[in-house]
Amino acid sequence: MSSLTTESRPALAAKARLRWDRQASRYLLLYPERGLVLNETAADVVQLCTGELTVGAIVERLVAKYASKERETVEREILGFLDQMAERGLIRSGDE
Amino acid sequence: MSEEPRPYTLVAELTYRCPLRCPYCSNPTDYPRHAEALGTDDWLRIFAEAEALGVVQLNLTGGEPLLRDDLEPLVEGARRLDLYTNLITSGIPLSRERLAGFRALGLDNVQVSIQDVSAAASDRIAGVRAFDRKLQVARWVKELGFPLTLNVVLHRQNLDRVAEVIALAESLGADRLELANTQYLGWALVNRRSLLPTRAQLDAAREVARAARRRLQGRMEVLFVTPDYYAEVPKACMDGWGRRFLVVAPDGLVLPCHAAHTLPGLTFDSARSRSLADIWRDSAAFGAFRGEAWMPEPCRSCDRRAIDFGGCRCQAFHLTGDARATDPACSLAPAHHLIEAARADAAEPTETITYRMARPAERV
Repeated sequence: MSSLTTESRPALAAKARLRWDRQASRYLLLYPERGLVLNETAADVVQLCTGELTVGAIVERLVAKYASKERETVEREILGFLDQMAERGLIRSGDE
Repeated sequence: MSEEPRPYTLVAELTYRCPLRCPYCSNPTDYPRHAEALGTDDWLRIFAEAEALGVVQLNLTGGEPLLRDDLEPLVEGARRLDLYTNLITSGIPLSRERLAGFRALGLDNVQVSIQDVSAAASDRIAGVRAFDRKLQVARWVKELGFPLTLNVVLHRQNLDRVAEVIALAESLGADRLELANTQYLGWALVNRRSLLPTRAQLDAAREVARAARRRLQGRMEVLFVTPDYYAEVPKACMDGWGRRFLVVAPDGLVLPCHAAHTLPGLTFDSARSRSLADIWRDSAAFGAFRGEAWMPEPCRSCDRRAIDFGGCRCQAFHLTGDARATDPACSLAPAHHLIEAARADAAEPTETITYRMARPAERV
């Protein structure tokens, strides 16, 4: 399976749905019989996976939000996270 | 993740009625004696109480949930509560129009069961002609934009065809394939002699599933649930008693697992007479096998006690007569010889199967 690039337009898979867990004040990504706990950054990324924004555009937005981090670091982290999510079938890369 | 017990999943068994008669059905063998006691408003209140307790996943199951003509308001109510809702169905009886309605109401996932890869073999296990119809339903699920889970219960009579099952799941565009080996409780325990596979069968099937999981990564999730009869360690049944799951049975009883009401000496409460929060937190039955205080040796001092939680209480009771016993599936259990004897029997299976049915004396 090929990795996402900054040109990919990732979208949440049909089976996955983001939900705020008010008991534990965090986001959960729910899919059949399972759920993933997302940290704040991961939840931000998932919310931007609309199928319209490129990874590059998602990086831009989050660099602006997390001003303390270098752009390169943010991009590497986001691509790594999205690849993991794609392997689990929770994100579609939009490349196919 | 906090270790406090919190229910994440509500298993709503809407009815025990079902047009299929599978010989490994997980409903209790005396299912006709459990009257269907919950109406639409009861279920909607149960969903809301469950969500307030922390539930985020809802499984609508049975029996066959499609036999409830109030499934539409139940799906709608679940969506209002933002529950991730999974319809677990045989696909019988269902029209494309009704399925499209569930899509519009916000149902998240549809899980369709098939029993084998050909009409003859699948219908033989289901006890009714259903296979072609099920494939049709699976295609509708995808056409309408739902994610599709295909569920196949595995046993000695279909385990050699796991490769064909995977190919069928791929051709249907399934997002998730559950290859679930039979759990030998209830009807499956009655039919164990004709369903329990050999170790060689199981090992071959597991290898096929493993290769497919790698090949299909990112496209189709391939789940292979090993039968605990060949695992040497017990399964972490329900992720531990009263720890993550709530089950509500058609008669209104609130249970830690779908078979808990077959255990003697425990009194389960009805969702109609006590709140879910009360039952979850304070009922004696939910507390009975929580934590480690109840455990006998060898569980109590075992390294795995926080991994498998002592295994399955129902299996312990139905095989040994003692619900507190170490699960016989564990190779360290005093009663493990019962599992070894069952495996030895798998070399000389019987072909006859007892279909799920209401015995005349128990008909309601």
